[in-house]
Amino acid sequence: MKIGVKVMPRQEVLDTQGRAVENTLRQNGKQLNACQVGRYVVLDLPGNDEAAAMASAKEMAEFVLHNPLIETYQLEKL
Amino acid sequence: MSVGVLRFPGTNCDRDVFEALEGAGRKPEWLWHADQFDSRKHEALFLPGGFSYGDYLRSGALAARAPAMKSVREAAERGVPVLGICNGFQILCEAGLLPGALVRNRGLRFIDDWVSLRSVNKHAQFARAGGSARLPIAHADGRFVVSDDELKKLQDRGQIWWQYESNPNGAAHDIAGVMNEKKNVAALMPHPERAMHAWMGGTDGVGFFE
Repeated sequence: MKIGVKVMPRQEVLDTQGRAVENTLRQNGKQLNACQVGRYVVLDLPGNDEAAAMASAKEMAEFVLHNPLIETYQLEKL
Repeated sequence: MSVGVLRFPGTNCDRDVFEALEGAGRKPEWLWHADQFDSRKHEALFLPGGFSYGDYLRSGALAARAPAMKSVREAAERGVPVLGICNGFQILCEAGLLPGALVRNRGLRFIDDWVSLRSVNKHAQFARAGGSARLPIAHADGRFVVSDDELKKLQDRGQIWWQYESNPNGAAHDIAGVMNEKKNVAALMPHPERAMHAWMGGTDGVGFFE
């Protein structure tokens, strides 16, 4: 079972990558209010129990995939 | 006429390239990423290595869309010789001025080493003599990738410039450097500006700046 982990920088943390991408887009005439850059991790987990897979993905997200001080994460079943 | 040397935030081989050009008797001139320039004023353009824009998004992706690159594109269309080194190679690929893309090394590690190269096709201005060269590499995203169809075209059109004798990073077809179809835009991952004097460990880079 595949679970997606979306990791995004926290709003209150300066997202330098997002800012750099935003500036490049603006410089090239694109209209936007803001741009954030995060990362997307796809976990292929054993078994067919969705609740167990979600629990396992949550454990991994908190173990290493995100840093709670500067990032937030969301899980989704794929 | 002067030789333009592009500077982006995070470029870090700019001074080395500048001095290599001076040593070769050229007249280098700085070009700033945020400014467009007159594409008729330079006999050649150099895009040095480094980590432009902190390698954000993808190596070279943001630099390729900087204002100065509009002028580089015009110059390239006009036939001006353009040389990209390392991050300059990544920028030219991201700009679509060269085929393919550069991705993370096969071994996932940054590699800092000397490599032996053989020229497959010669460039009319840069390292005209071709042959073989021993140059330093220093990159994390140096693995050249290209579709099989495109690789076939590169071979048929003579666009492969340099190949590694011993592939350090998993590059397709051992490719270390390529040229565009018109053969005026060229780039390679190794750093010729770091092989300009015997005390640097070699002088095979000299021909790239003459």
